[in-house]
Amino acid sequence: MDGVVLALGQGFNGLSVASLYLLAALGLALSFGLMRVINMAHGELLMLGGYIAYLVMKAVPGTAGLLLALPAAFAGSALLGAAIEATLIRRLAARPLDTLLATWGLSLILQQAARNIFGPIGVEVRAPAWMNTAVAVGPLSFATTRILILALSVVLLAGLALLLTRTRIGLLVRAVNQDRMMAAAVGVDVRRVDMVMFALGSGVAGLAGVALGLLGPVTPTVGQSYIVPAFLVVVMGGLGSITGSTVAAIILGVFTAMVQIFVDVSVAQVLMLLLVIAFIQVRPQGVLAPRTRALDA
Amino acid sequence: MTRPALIAMVLAVAAAAVLPFLLGSYDLNLIARFMALGILALGLVLLWGETGILSLGQGVYFGLGGYALAMHLKLSGLGPGEIPDFMVWSGVKTLPWWWQPFENPAVALIGVVAIPGLVAGLFAWMVFHRRVGGTYFALITQALALAFATLLISQQATTGGFNGLTEFPTLFGIDLNTLGAIRGLYWITLAALVGAALLLALLRASRFGTLLRAVRDGENRMRFLGYDPTPYKVAAFTVAAMLAGLSGALFTLHAGVVSPALVGVVPSIEMVIWVAIGGRHSLVGAIVAALLVNLARDRISSALPELWLYALGALFIVVVTLMPRGLAGIGQDLMARLMRKGAAQ
Repeated sequence: MDGVVLALGQGFNGLSVASLYLLAALGLALSFGLMRVINMAHGELLMLGGYIAYLVMKAVPGTAGLLLALPAAFAGSALLGAAIEATLIRRLAARPLDTLLATWGLSLILQQAARNIFGPIGVEVRAPAWMNTAVAVGPLSFATTRILILALSVVLLAGLALLLTRTRIGLLVRAVNQDRMMAAAVGVDVRRVDMVMFALGSGVAGLAGVALGLLGPVTPTVGQSYIVPAFLVVVMGGLGSITGSTVAAIILGVFTAMVQIFVDVSVAQVLMLLLVIAFIQVRPQGVLAPRTRALDA
Repeated sequence: MTRPALIAMVLAVAAAAVLPFLLGSYDLNLIARFMALGILALGLVLLWGETGILSLGQGVYFGLGGYALAMHLKLSGLGPGEIPDFMVWSGVKTLPWWWQPFENPAVALIGVVAIPGLVAGLFAWMVFHRRVGGTYFALITQALALAFATLLISQQATTGGFNGLTEFPTLFGIDLNTLGAIRGLYWITLAALVGAALLLALLRASRFGTLLRAVRDGENRMRFLGYDPTPYKVAAFTVAAMLAGLSGALFTLHAGVVSPALVGVVPSIEMVIWVAIGGRHSLVGAIVAALLVNLARDRISSALPELWLYALGALFIVVVTLMPRGLAGIGQDLMARLMRKGAAQ
């Protein structure tokens, strides 16, 4: 019985971790699908979201502060993301590996800047008092914050799905995703699609940063601790697929939480990597890959 | 290679060989350390410049080589039945089974290159044979570097944790702190560096080198011509890892310490910048840049540690966007311009 309770509790923790991985990975997956590049400074967009949440909620405490912090963090990170896309990524678009290195350099600079502005020690985001509670279900108790973050990621995912399937920009995104050259040939402004989606993905990272701030202190390296799992989600998800990334995030999040019943966090991290390597033995194309005859998908 | 370039290189090696008579032991030790890092950079030229595979996890193989030797050095100073001091403090009673083989110096010395080679070969094969490469591969290598460093830190009782392994005064009974030992190690490192560079130059000029460039420039065309690229990619990755292991072992000897701070995500990606600055296709460039960047790091980060991170970040951005062929590219352009001027006159 205790074992079942423990497993259920860890299952919930796993879903909660998965929601954070997913929020961190969505932006990466979106722009990887479009441009085949990974922004290594994506973790610092999370960090920025966290610091914006800290500043906003220091100025406006309580629930109102949280409601203000979400759009502010989204806007701040989206703006920074758009700037990164316009200055760095566009320039290197045809050299995906060089993009990794250049954006890594940017990530170092942003981390050091945060260290200089906010100090090397973390700052605490003051969450509204009602969030520091837990919902008890029988012998289990679920932290309100984590339930809210799960809800946030579900809402975001639904919104993104609607955007991609029901709107004009979504149509253009899917077109560029399928065949960039053909889309450009029939008159889609592919550069603008890139830019809009990159900014959108960065904004989502900003929201993820708010979520991280609600769970623990915001530090200059807060993004780094989530970004490597987020990269693995993208690898496992399959060519920028949103559904694939969601499934991958849930697999990795729940797996990590479950193995932590038996081993410590660091071993769980190693096992997670081994899981990904084992996974690509079976499905190298990722959880979900579009059917294509292209040689270099 | 042109004749003047060859002469310049022989002169440079000769100058490096007499350096121990000109420098004090501190500076000599520092240069030797950076030359050891140059060996790792050479491996990256083969892997990244020639084969087009970006690894963000070379620190793992550097660390495996370093730890393999450091474990032996730790054990060699002990009496029979004793275990390293940090294990005693952590309440460990008997030597873990995976430490025991390293009591044997031959095992440790072979392990320095064999362990990184085996790990890298297996890892690369698992990923490459399913045709996962490019950005995905780079991200997976980075995850590996993170996992390795975290594991080392968390298993404090048997790995020395965050502090790593340190305090090994003797190697095969020779006191490492005498000037003679420092000079000897310097020459060994120089020989290893020159040997590695020659080996890679030969590899590059061989049919194997041609096939590596084929992987880089048109992996699918290579498949159409009937070659399987996987063994070549695995081989390049393995050679680079073995050089990284050798580099790690030599560095450990010079620095007197190996720790997770040298093997994780950040140091691993810094290793790539040496090669990017030197010019990813240039063996000489990689050695020069490994020396220059680390000298600069030593000077700047001791005076202004904050500035170093900004400078490093800016270096990544500037080198990759504005000078993708690195210092070697600038050198070649200058030479070409001089030649043209000479020809015009």
